[in-house]
Amino acid sequence: MSYDLRRRLWAALLILGFFAAWEILCLVLQVSDLVLPRPTQVFATLAARFGILLPHVMQTLWTTMIGFVLGVTVGVVIGAAIGVSRTAYDTVYPLLIGFSSIPKVAVVPIFVLWFGSGATPAILTALAMCFFPIVVNIATGLATTEPELEDVLKSLGASRLDILWNVGLPRTMPFFFASLKIAVTFAFVGSVLSETVASNKGIGNVMMTASSNFDVPLVFAGLFLLAALGILLYVAFSLVEARVTGWATRRQGFASA
Amino acid sequence: MSRSHAIPQGHPSIAPSIAVELSQAAVSFGKPGKTVAALQETNLRIAAGEFVALVGPSGCGKSTILRLTAGLLNPTRGAVIVGGREVGAKALRIGMAFQNPTMLPWLTIERNVMLPLKIVRPFRSDYRAKRRTEFRDRVHALLADVGLDKFANHYPWQLSGGMLQRANLCRALIHEPSLLLLDEPFGALDQFTREELWGTMQSLWLKRKPTVLLITHDLKEAGFLASRICVMSARPGRIIDDSAVDFPRPRTVDMTFDADFVALNQRLRDLIIDARSDAAIQGA
Repeated sequence: MSYDLRRRLWAALLILGFFAAWEILCLVLQVSDLVLPRPTQVFATLAARFGILLPHVMQTLWTTMIGFVLGVTVGVVIGAAIGVSRTAYDTVYPLLIGFSSIPKVAVVPIFVLWFGSGATPAILTALAMCFFPIVVNIATGLATTEPELEDVLKSLGASRLDILWNVGLPRTMPFFFASLKIAVTFAFVGSVLSETVASNKGIGNVMMTASSNFDVPLVFAGLFLLAALGILLYVAFSLVEARVTGWATRRQGFASA
Repeated sequence: MSRSHAIPQGHPSIAPSIAVELSQAAVSFGKPGKTVAALQETNLRIAAGEFVALVGPSGCGKSTILRLTAGLLNPTRGAVIVGGREVGAKALRIGMAFQNPTMLPWLTIERNVMLPLKIVRPFRSDYRAKRRTEFRDRVHALLADVGLDKFANHYPWQLSGGMLQRANLCRALIHEPSLLLLDEPFGALDQFTREELWGTMQSLWLKRKPTVLLITHDLKEAGFLASRICVMSARPGRIIDDSAVDFPRPRTVDMTFDADFVALNQRLRDLIIDARSDAAIQGA
């Protein structure tokens, strides 16, 4: 059996084992499903109510994605600016750090105040949550360009844009994709957070409603859905990352491709 | 061996054969009133097609001269004229190579060497059209000259240090610069690879005859490659000796054991040791 296959098998076994242990402990200790439903109950709920849950899943997914795309755009622009220009770095960074230290739960009520409840605060919260890791990573990537290489290019008459385009941005790609994987999960946290506070749609809202109805299996069904969506997006970005920045990990497959 | 170099005297505008001229060029860093001199008033003339090696104690301002010539640094006082114009006007096409080969890890060797063609005029306007045809052939021909033709489609991390440095030389030469600036390009290599690359460098130079300014710590390297050697004093540096090297070409590593060559080496060594101890006395 190859190493790769064995590794995957272990990962799958761990997940199965986790659910099995959960199931068995609940049965043995006779835990009420009002406190902690068994995984089988959660999956049964998921299957039974999938039709009702699907619109909420779609709502969370699209608000997250819009917030994420906007966050990435904002993050790349700010990151590129402070990575290229020392002045921009000195000027903008303190404000950014201040902003990123604010717990985003505290910002949601303000967004609701401005835009009403619904999709808009969810999108904005997702944006606010996810742009900062992108800024930091893009700026770091750009700042690590070798000075000798910059000298070589400058002596050729390269403009700053030439250097950014041919050296800075490609060098930043591994940092960028690493931050995308973090940012997309952060965006989820943001949109669900906003939904739980102020929305009548979305998985966050479903979970809040279900918990006030003591429909605990449905709360957990919501959790499972969020985890599944998070994994899905993480995997999607990992695949793109492997294609675009294979050079950074020195994969043999990339070299011969 | 003659001590003086045969460079025609005259104003640069009527002497187009002068590739580089530093006249009373000095560099100091720091705030006004609290400056540190990096280079004392220096005069240096390099004729077109000359191979000049610059040696001296570390930190003496060799790299400063190189950066001045490349237009990466402006002199605090004096003037730097390259190709008959003040630096910055880009009168000459310049190629540069450092000790660190700085190949881009996401590009193949072929594309790395091609990078200057993507940037330098007039090649850059044809880059998209010719990168798979004419430019590619040019890169391959140059790589063949240094024995790397089989590695064109490899990525930099698949090559050894010596091979990367060959590729680095190719990148510095692909756009046919008339001035080549080398900052200790072979400094990080082992002795045998270094001697091998001296041979490569010599044949590249004999074939194309660009003007070369080479910075090195290796006196043997300077004697092997250069047609003229300038010795600098300790920081803040100035040129204290300037002599032609007349050994016939192509030179061989065997030649570096000849009595004449050893004598040259000895003389340069003594000059640098003196410069170092002078600096130590001044510093004490």
